[in-house]
Amino acid sequence: MREELFVSGRNIPNIDPYLNIWHWQIPIYLFLGGVAAGILFFSGIFTILGKDHKMRTTVKVAPLLVPFLLVFGLFMLFLDLKHKLYFWQLYTTIRLESPMGWGAWVLMIITPISILWSASYVREIFPGWDWKFDILKTFESWLIKYRLWIAWPMTIYAVILGIYTGILLSAFNARPLWNTSILGPLFLVSGMSTAAALIIMLSKDHKERKIMGRIDILLILIELFFIVHLLMGFLAGSEAQINAASLFLGGKFTAPFFTFVVFLGLIFPAILEIFELKGFKVPVYIPAILVLLGGLIFRFIIVEAGQITRFLY
Amino acid sequence: MRTRRDFIKICSLSLGATALTGGVINRLVGANVPETSSSTLRPLTGGRRVPTYCEVCFWKCAGWSHVLENGQIQKITGNMNDPQCKGRLCPRGTGGVGMFTDPDRLKTPLIRVTKNGEQTYRQASWNEALDFIAAKMKAIAEKHGPESMALFNHGSSGKYFTHLLNAFGSNNVAAPSFAQCRGPRDTGFELTFGESVSSPEVTDIRDTRCLVLIGSHIGENMHNGQVQEMSEAIDRGAVIITVDPRLSTAASKSKYWLPIKPSTDLALLLAWIHVLIYDGLYNKEYVEKYAEGFNELKEHVKNYTPEWAYGITTLKPELVRLTAREMANAAPSAIIHPGRHTSWYGDDVQRSRAIAILNALLGTWGNRGGIFFKEGIKIPDFPHPAYPKPSWSWQDTLNGRYPLAKEAVTNTIIEASIPGEGKEHIIKGWIVSGTNLIVSIPLKDQLMKAMQSLDLLVVVDTMPMEITGYADVVLPECTYLERYDDLRTTAHREPTIALRMPAVEPLYDTKPAWWISKQIGERLGLGSYYNYKDFREVLDWQLKQAGSSLKEMEQIGLKKFDRKTPVYILPGSDYKFKTESGKIQLYSHELEAAGFDPMPKLTLHPQPEEGFYRLIYGRAPMHTFSRTANNRNLVALMPENSVWINPQVAELWGLKKDQYIWLKNQSGVISNFSVKVRITERIRWDSVYIVHGFGHHHKPLTYAFGRGVNDTELISNVMVDPVMGGTGMRGNFVTFIKDKSKKEVKS
Amino acid sequence: MRYGMAIDTRKCVGCSDCVVACQTENNVPLGFCRDWVVEVVDGTYPNVSIELRSERCNHCANSPCVRCCPTGASHFEDGGIVLVEHSKCIGCGACIEACPYDARYSHPDGYVDKCTFCIHRVREGNNPACVSVCPTSCMYFGDLDDQNSKIVNVLKNRKFKSLAPEAGTKPQIFYLV
Repeated sequence: MREELFVSGRNIPNIDPYLNIWHWQIPIYLFLGGVAAGILFFSGIFTILGKDHKMRTTVKVAPLLVPFLLVFGLFMLFLDLKHKLYFWQLYTTIRLESPMGWGAWVLMIITPISILWSASYVREIFPGWDWKFDILKTFESWLIKYRLWIAWPMTIYAVILGIYTGILLSAFNARPLWNTSILGPLFLVSGMSTAAALIIMLSKDHKERKIMGRIDILLILIELFFIVHLLMGFLAGSEAQINAASLFLGGKFTAPFFTFVVFLGLIFPAILEIFELKGFKVPVYIPAILVLLGGLIFRFIIVEAGQITRFLY
Repeated sequence: MRTRRDFIKICSLSLGATALTGGVINRLVGANVPETSSSTLRPLTGGRRVPTYCEVCFWKCAGWSHVLENGQIQKITGNMNDPQCKGRLCPRGTGGVGMFTDPDRLKTPLIRVTKNGEQTYRQASWNEALDFIAAKMKAIAEKHGPESMALFNHGSSGKYFTHLLNAFGSNNVAAPSFAQCRGPRDTGFELTFGESVSSPEVTDIRDTRCLVLIGSHIGENMHNGQVQEMSEAIDRGAVIITVDPRLSTAASKSKYWLPIKPSTDLALLLAWIHVLIYDGLYNKEYVEKYAEGFNELKEHVKNYTPEWAYGITTLKPELVRLTAREMANAAPSAIIHPGRHTSWYGDDVQRSRAIAILNALLGTWGNRGGIFFKEGIKIPDFPHPAYPKPSWSWQDTLNGRYPLAKEAVTNTIIEASIPGEGKEHIIKGWIVSGTNLIVSIPLKDQLMKAMQSLDLLVVVDTMPMEITGYADVVLPECTYLERYDDLRTTAHREPTIALRMPAVEPLYDTKPAWWISKQIGERLGLGSYYNYKDFREVLDWQLKQAGSSLKEMEQIGLKKFDRKTPVYILPGSDYKFKTESGKIQLYSHELEAAGFDPMPKLTLHPQPEEGFYRLIYGRAPMHTFSRTANNRNLVALMPENSVWINPQVAELWGLKKDQYIWLKNQSGVISNFSVKVRITERIRWDSVYIVHGFGHHHKPLTYAFGRGVNDTELISNVMVDPVMGGTGMRGNFVTFIKDKSKKEVKS
Repeated sequence: MRYGMAIDTRKCVGCSDCVVACQTENNVPLGFCRDWVVEVVDGTYPNVSIELRSERCNHCANSPCVRCCPTGASHFEDGGIVLVEHSKCIGCGACIEACPYDARYSHPDGYVDKCTFCIHRVREGNNPACVSVCPTSCMYFGDLDDQNSKIVNVLKNRKFKSLAPEAGTKPQIFYLV
């Protein structure tokens, strides 16, 4: 029998017996980042494709939420910090190797873009809105004029933000469950899928819902493919990675992962959406809420499980 | 029925709260937070180091207390010049500062009072407490004679109370370190070589080529110098042979580990003696020159072959022969380590004799890498009148038993404290200093009975140990970091003197033991025995006798002196051993005359019944007995003990790692608290192992209370060594109780 | 100059003195530690072996913690000592996640803390507290670039390993086996 123990009684809070330094704040931060990235991506891409009038909710309504999502997400990150008064130093340093720093800067850029983008649509959505000052009105017309110019960087940054939510985790070599490059695309797709679900919920336009529904089904399929790919990749990997995969294949996260993420968060809503496309009457918010919840739980599980996995020596 | 001496938890003081001021209550019962803020500490010094020597165990390493500007003791480090520690303290010494900062320390003198039929302690001034003690001692002396006062002690403070009792007219001074610990070894070695191996042991591990450990777990017993030397021996590639039913840390570092069946050590030792003699491996020249009784021994061990021992010890005969050869190859640079805690099975003097004989056959005593000659500095006592001669002493309580006991046997003093018909010598008062008898003494019933019969029980301690709950008067001693103490003059390779001086003034209303002893003495009219105002006078006088001064020692902490005698037997010289005939006694006439076996014979000891496992107890490197279980710096390393169980046994019982279980011994005694299971291949399937010193049941020890299990409470079968009264404690067997509901937790 | 440590697992008895010495030297709050001792038991009774290792920050030459720090609080000092500058640390926890040895912890005051190789002692020419206190003298600290140093000598003459070398962090603590 092999036995491994600390003989010096080490039992550090949040480190022993399992690492748990990131609690609920980080998964929420990642989730909100993903949803925001997805919304901005759809909004930007449909604008670039010239479909902004057909996709009103996608392009114009949903982005109004994004600044709030992003600021709330940043607030979650702030809550995670344990030396909060020193927060500002995130923005006095540029460290390209640090995913945490990278994310802070991406948010620093995309949040103003999303605010500008939303501002350009405020009066269209809320006709009673008055910018009051002439300079703001001039600025607004300038924004509306150059929307397409904003759409391009916004779309690109949205993709970067979406991938970043995965890279924040995958950059940690020390956590075998996270340390896979598939995590970036997986989180991007998952973020887009949750964004699509949110748009479906908000949209009152049947056609738009149908388009987003189709997109969502496609994204869910890609996501499922990525998840299978993720686990297969681990199983073909080192012992630490095999152990990481085993958390989901018989280990303690198997039931929550397959129940809440894979089935209730992906397969079941996809089926419901397919039924809806086929003309069955399905309340739109059911699959949408399932996808959103699935996405949130997915991030909670990955963050918690990842911290348990480690190198064995 | 309420007994005269109810056990009082010192925290139950809060019941009598009305009589006390709020501040006192807070100081006595409140704080869970260590009171180490700068406001509570009054520095004597600022940002400098102050010499001390450690009091966490008996090794007494010299070191430095580092005091910060704000008066906090930041750390304690070793004195580089001290050969005992070479500047490296062990974890307990390094963590010794936790004794000083312990929030649960005794803070004021306490006197037992009965209030509304309820016994409790009240806070007292030092004058009150000391007057009370002096009055009681006088009364005892008048009624029964001064001999009826006894002292139980451990550590530095014992010396002052020994002086007090000697001046008072009693020499009934006992320490658990004899009958409960090293007594059998010392007696066995004295019988063989005429002297024992002292403390710190005079084993030349540093230079040995072969170290044999039998039931000694150096590295887990953190006897600093020995641990350091064993490490040096490992570096030099010395052969280490360890005999232990458990894979001790030392065993894991050994070339040979002999996983012996517990209680059969003597069979192995006899087989080794047999091999050394009959394979002609022994040191013939040495034996011929220095030993007596070889022919008798040869005849005696004729049939004790390794094959004979195999059936008893389960150790393969080849292994026994091979290890005997390893010893012989290294001899005389070999050590069969005498061990320290040797009171195991009641035939322990005989086992120690066998170890001594093995050493003699290999010629280790007086040879490099074997056992060397110690030398120390003799420092005279501070001048005082001669002690009165007691009309009787502890020897008279033996009633013909334990004829070869050289030191007082704790258990016979305890026995003499229980009144009985026709008992000529009765003890009526105890001073207990620095030893928690409740945890260190087996045979608890006898102890309880004795304590109920006393007229006076004074406990002097720094911590509210269990024993304080039985006292009439509790005197709070300051810790070693807050006081001057007697000089350390231990004899070893090099003669040294080490000084202990206070790093800070005593916290709370605590006092050094020298002061307490002097105060009681003066109240007893023994002022002439304390002819000084301050202990500094004593130290300065003594140091000047040795060619130093207090002023010098306060700077250097430790002073080395040149040796005047050789460390080993000089070639060509004719060494006289300290036995009567000047020769090593392979055959002991002294034992024979006292009616015992002159040469060790095997006694078979009972083995556990089915479902029971032999209780083996031992030490952890980060704790000293039960006294450090509340030290916050050390409990951070080891908060509780666990019971080591072999995986096969665990499977049989369905025990899981880290599960908490209760232990029940062969007499139905169930452990007070539950203990964590450690499933490990390091222990035999017929035994379990726990580290001694945990399972405190005294709530004022706020951290230690209820953590782990106390092995002493499970030791109800004590096999007393008829030779010197050692209490053999390894003959107890335990089984497991998994169901919590069947056993309520007592407080 | 490149500081490193060699620890002899054959001599270590697991007494944890290194841990207390570190705690008192560096005022590490109770309940936390910058170094710790691991015991690995292998085999079946009576063929059992024990490995005892005093572990701490490996002061990796390729430190994931320094790489992932968003503010530069985690940085290299002279001799490759990895340090956390408390006043720059925002306590995001990324470095804790990044360390394959779980050598860092979040100090109750908010910043991330860990072994400093006792840089304050090393700069004065002393050994780190753990090394200087070890009763078995099983630890060697020194300059790995100095061919005459004790540590280089020991590493030349003994078999050694480092922990999780596959993590690619280039740890600077070596265990003599």
